[in-house]
Amino acid sequence: MEMMSGAEMVIRALRDLGVKYVFGYPGGAVLDIYDALFAQDDVKHILVRHEQAAAHMADGYARATGQTGTVLVTSGPGATNTITGIATAYMDSIPMVVLSGQVPSTHIGEDAFQETDMIGCSRPIVKHSFLVKRAEDIPAAIAKAYYIANSGRPGPVVIDLPKDIVQDVRQYQFPDKVSIRSYNPTEKGHGRQVRKAADVLKEAKRPVIYVGGGGLKASETGQLLALAEQLKAPVTTTLMGLGAIPGQHPQCIGMLGMHGTMEANKAMHHADCILALGARFDDRVTNNIDKFCPEANIIHIDVDPASISKTINAHIPIVGSVERVLEQLTPYLKSVNSEKQEEKLVDWWQQIESWRTRKCLNYASDVDVIKPQQVVEALYKHTKGEAYVSSDVGQHQMFAALYYPFAKPRQWINSGGLGTMGFGLPAAMGVQFAFPEAVSTVITGDASIQMNIQELSTCLQYNLPVKIICLNNRSLGMVRQWQDMIYQGRHSHSYMESMPDFVKLVEAYGHVGIKVDHPSELDAAMQQCFSLTDRLVFVDVAVDPTEHVYPMQIKNGSMADMKLSKTERT
Amino acid sequence: MRRIISVLMENEPGALSRIVGLFSQRGYNVDSLCVTTTGDPTLSRLTITTHGDDKVIEQITKQINKLVDVFKVMDLTEGEHIERELMLLKVSTPTEQIRAEVKRNVDIFRAQILDVSAKTYTIQTTGSSEKLDAFLTSMSDYTDVVEVSRTGVCGLSRGEKSLHI
Repeated sequence: MEMMSGAEMVIRALRDLGVKYVFGYPGGAVLDIYDALFAQDDVKHILVRHEQAAAHMADGYARATGQTGTVLVTSGPGATNTITGIATAYMDSIPMVVLSGQVPSTHIGEDAFQETDMIGCSRPIVKHSFLVKRAEDIPAAIAKAYYIANSGRPGPVVIDLPKDIVQDVRQYQFPDKVSIRSYNPTEKGHGRQVRKAADVLKEAKRPVIYVGGGGLKASETGQLLALAEQLKAPVTTTLMGLGAIPGQHPQCIGMLGMHGTMEANKAMHHADCILALGARFDDRVTNNIDKFCPEANIIHIDVDPASISKTINAHIPIVGSVERVLEQLTPYLKSVNSEKQEEKLVDWWQQIESWRTRKCLNYASDVDVIKPQQVVEALYKHTKGEAYVSSDVGQHQMFAALYYPFAKPRQWINSGGLGTMGFGLPAAMGVQFAFPEAVSTVITGDASIQMNIQELSTCLQYNLPVKIICLNNRSLGMVRQWQDMIYQGRHSHSYMESMPDFVKLVEAYGHVGIKVDHPSELDAAMQQCFSLTDRLVFVDVAVDPTEHVYPMQIKNGSMADMKLSKTERT
Repeated sequence: MRRIISVLMENEPGALSRIVGLFSQRGYNVDSLCVTTTGDPTLSRLTITTHGDDKVIEQITKQINKLVDVFKVMDLTEGEHIERELMLLKVSTPTEQIRAEVKRNVDIFRAQILDVSAKTYTIQTTGSSEKLDAFLTSMSDYTDVVEVSRTGVCGLSRGEKSLHI
């Protein structure tokens, strides 16, 4: 066995786990680890400009690949700057490992320079955390952290590494196998429950398949589409589940929830059977839970038992990973024939079509003013629907979710649960590292982009040709929308009165900026943007600031109670 | 409804803070908490008394179970169980008459006087929380209760049922 310092062990363990990228920022407590990084080429370090962005990059990388993202930061402010990024990953169940430096263990508790109780700070937003107390424990702690982060319901794990521990020289021993006696996530569903679920699905006359982020793996295996096509059931996805079924698939009825489509929310409300796959009936989906889907028999499959019957009672709860449970379900559904299902569900589909014909996503275009929806549609056209789309948070996020029909899972990268502004650009950079040849785009707003704009510098350093589409409405659009609707139009602090010249700013960072003010310029700008394949391009599009996102559920109503425009409702 | 939840978890630094943090983070109530190692020094056992409706209690047990350090969670109040709490209290005994009343009460409740000073008695009593409450009320009828220290509830289920790994 080799003798090495704790710092060398950290890097060696990452290499042994096959970690390709570490997103981070150096500082006093992690200088030894940075020195160990310097001595090798297997693990590549990406130097960010702010630690929050490092966490979002690792997160974007993880969302796009399904693999665990890795972050390395120093103690104190380095560690606390990752908190928003960790919370973002936690809320969306994204596998991430954060290695944070710590003051020497002999100084912990003394309010030493750059000391923060990172384990304490991060406790409510991590799946688990480790404070390493002996150098020889480092390999096992790292192996466990990666195992925990990406098994069961994934989530972020923090490893806090005191400086004296990473300086200590010990024998390196990487564990052959990781097992944690108190941690055994349930992957396989309960047999009798699965059979019951099959019976209910066979009987259903108005079924809906409702897919969340926990259903993406089953989408990648093809199981989800196979099941949907066999049952001929309509499929709706949450914001996190977009792409689980191709957006253009005839059985896809779009996103559900607060800004869901009319057909999705109506179908949920009138369903007699809801098959929930890796979704958690969150408040942005259900609206008033007392009025939630009154006739539905709910089958809820989720790997996290605590997500089942948390807000909405499941009639048939099944704890297990979606992909595993669907595998178990298949033999019980052998007798189900898709043609017969089609006949059986003919009335149901007729009803759904009647909601579809309302075309709830139609919007009034204007010859002089660019509508935000139109920009997303243009992006779809110019990327042939194949781009990775990372988004920030606000109106532009909802427009992107509604007007860019995603063909594949993991193509859509956004902060769903926490709603973190500033997520988009670093996430898209993480995506670009994962897939250097792919088109990685960001849909952002004038407010969100300014929350991590310093990463344009990182993009230059690593030649990341990310394409940024900024829906610039000179205001905090979603805040303003709520103020219009609920606060009688009192726009308290939802203006941005000193907007930078984004084109100049982007140019100062060494990239290409394009300004678009008129609808007639939009196509050419998009064309130019995507023709510059090796450059970062920022397209600053002046959009209508008065536009609202519709449909929108009416507060305290059922899922089906929606405003369809400023004047119409369901 | 009052519940007693027993938790078996790794005896590691920080493990307790995860449980306590979980309760405050999710807005659950802790009425009492009792933590010690078990016969196996690598394991800790926590006994938490809390209250809430069935839905809340279900979430509490599920959320605790989700913690990586936790082996098992059991709601003792779901079945037949034994619960005990220990209380130490110091009461003021300024007069002969009060000393006599206190002594009588101690006998009735089968408590014990552990320490005596010129003006105080220090008393120990064990039993259910209800009994301890009754003893405390009774004592305060006769004299001033100077100080109280209670351990919080600990408990086991009756019969064969047990919480182990």
